[in-house]
Amino acid sequence: MSLKGKAAAIGIAELKPWKEAPSEVTPLKLMGQLTAEALADAGLEKKDLDGFLVGMPFADPGMIYPASAAEVLGINACMLNVVDIGGASPAGMIWRAAAAIDAGLCNAVLCIVADLNRLGDQKVPVVSVQREFEAPYGNIGANCGYAMIAHRHMYEYGTTPEQMAKIAVDQRTNALKNPLATFNDKPLTIKDVLNSRMIVDPLHIFEIVSPCSGGSAVIVASPEIAKRSKNPPVWLLGAGEYANHASITYAPSLTESPIRPAADTAFKMAGVERKDIDLVCPYDCYTITVLVTLEDAGFCKKGQGGPFAMEHNLTYAGDFPCNTHGGQLSFGQPGLGGGMSHVTEGIRQLMGRGDGRQVKDASLAYVNGNGGIMSEQVALILERRS
Amino acid sequence: MSEYTKPLPKPTATSRPFWDAAKRHELMLQRCSGCNAFIYYPRDRCPHCLSDQLRWQPVSGHGKVHSYTVVRRASTRSFADKPYVLAIVELEEGPRMTTNVEAPPESMKVGMPVTVWFDDVTPERTLVKFKPA
Repeated sequence: MSLKGKAAAIGIAELKPWKEAPSEVTPLKLMGQLTAEALADAGLEKKDLDGFLVGMPFADPGMIYPASAAEVLGINACMLNVVDIGGASPAGMIWRAAAAIDAGLCNAVLCIVADLNRLGDQKVPVVSVQREFEAPYGNIGANCGYAMIAHRHMYEYGTTPEQMAKIAVDQRTNALKNPLATFNDKPLTIKDVLNSRMIVDPLHIFEIVSPCSGGSAVIVASPEIAKRSKNPPVWLLGAGEYANHASITYAPSLTESPIRPAADTAFKMAGVERKDIDLVCPYDCYTITVLVTLEDAGFCKKGQGGPFAMEHNLTYAGDFPCNTHGGQLSFGQPGLGGGMSHVTEGIRQLMGRGDGRQVKDASLAYVNGNGGIMSEQVALILERRS
Repeated sequence: MSEYTKPLPKPTATSRPFWDAAKRHELMLQRCSGCNAFIYYPRDRCPHCLSDQLRWQPVSGHGKVHSYTVVRRASTRSFADKPYVLAIVELEEGPRMTTNVEAPPESMKVGMPVTVWFDDVTPERTLVKFKPA
């Protein structure tokens, strides 16, 4: 069994994130706009959609969410679900869509996320064990866990703050060419990052995503539909998923993430090598996330993520293009739209729609989705066939 | 005395022996009778072998800082009063715990030995924290 070449992404839509969304905006309103734009981009009509995968918005959560959202959008679906694996949800939607298509259940699946950064009215349900054994000590939110991963990585491998900062710097260079990015007005230097405010040692504010509002959508379709798409289809070649913890405290290792088995599965399915990849789109809630991903996805040796980041040019024009949209660090994190931004960028680049940041002759992209504290991992390999 | 405003654990039937021991200033962990593993946090079944034969056992309270951070900007108001050291301590017996280390932030190091310290944060509740050994 394999999903290799069984489905393709044929249309995308993505909003420029707002720091503060206008008060009349709701997640469902954004989903309406994104659905219309993604359909127009793919050259499909609403009636062509028969699968619906959606992310639960923090700003408007609820039970039986998929049917409620599909009803608002007027979508009749043969398969509908919330995908709830944190920031890995968008990447996880892509292979689930392909699997449903391969199983003959669907022909065109809408994968959609939209959310608002409405602090104050968030009622995020937290699992009881985390309320009992994490929150009393102040292990709340994601910053702390990633900071502890970074310290442990520095201890085990000698990784330096400069090496982590370099990732934010190169991604900012990419963002300068992305009109949708939140932070695209001025370049960053390593010194800027290291002089920025320390939030959770050793992570500075420029190494931490900025929450915002927005959303994005991808339409995944069967080969038959892909053939009549307006866009060059971007085929799913390989996919893998793995998780082995929720709180980083109880992970088998702080520095060796579940990315490795996910990536190995994806590369094996795709039948391609790491060296064949033209660009990588690793989830980047923090700089350390990218560094660990490059190691565990197999692009460099374990522990060498820091030197690798220093030795390679991670910009769209460089020898190792990485998060050519700027990553979430520069794009912003509109809820799950942050995770989807890596998927849409991979697709955009392979469709040849990278504009001022187009990676030359890009035909293979590696996308990584990451949830929680290096918990749920999804690896995707996407291909544009010449 | 000012009121304690940070989140407090709400013991369950499963975890109550752990918190009751902490209140007595004892560190007790579950141990699996099936595979002999020490377990933290408290469970109904062993996460290694799924046995439900778990017994409570006192442990040394000695461990090492596996990693840590100094939270200078907390993400919730209740922890925003001052920077604090959040740590993962690996106990001699094996399990890791999310905890706080009561030490000056600049003195913190990965790998430093620590020993358990019981913080009676309210008359009813005691949190399990650590201090440099």
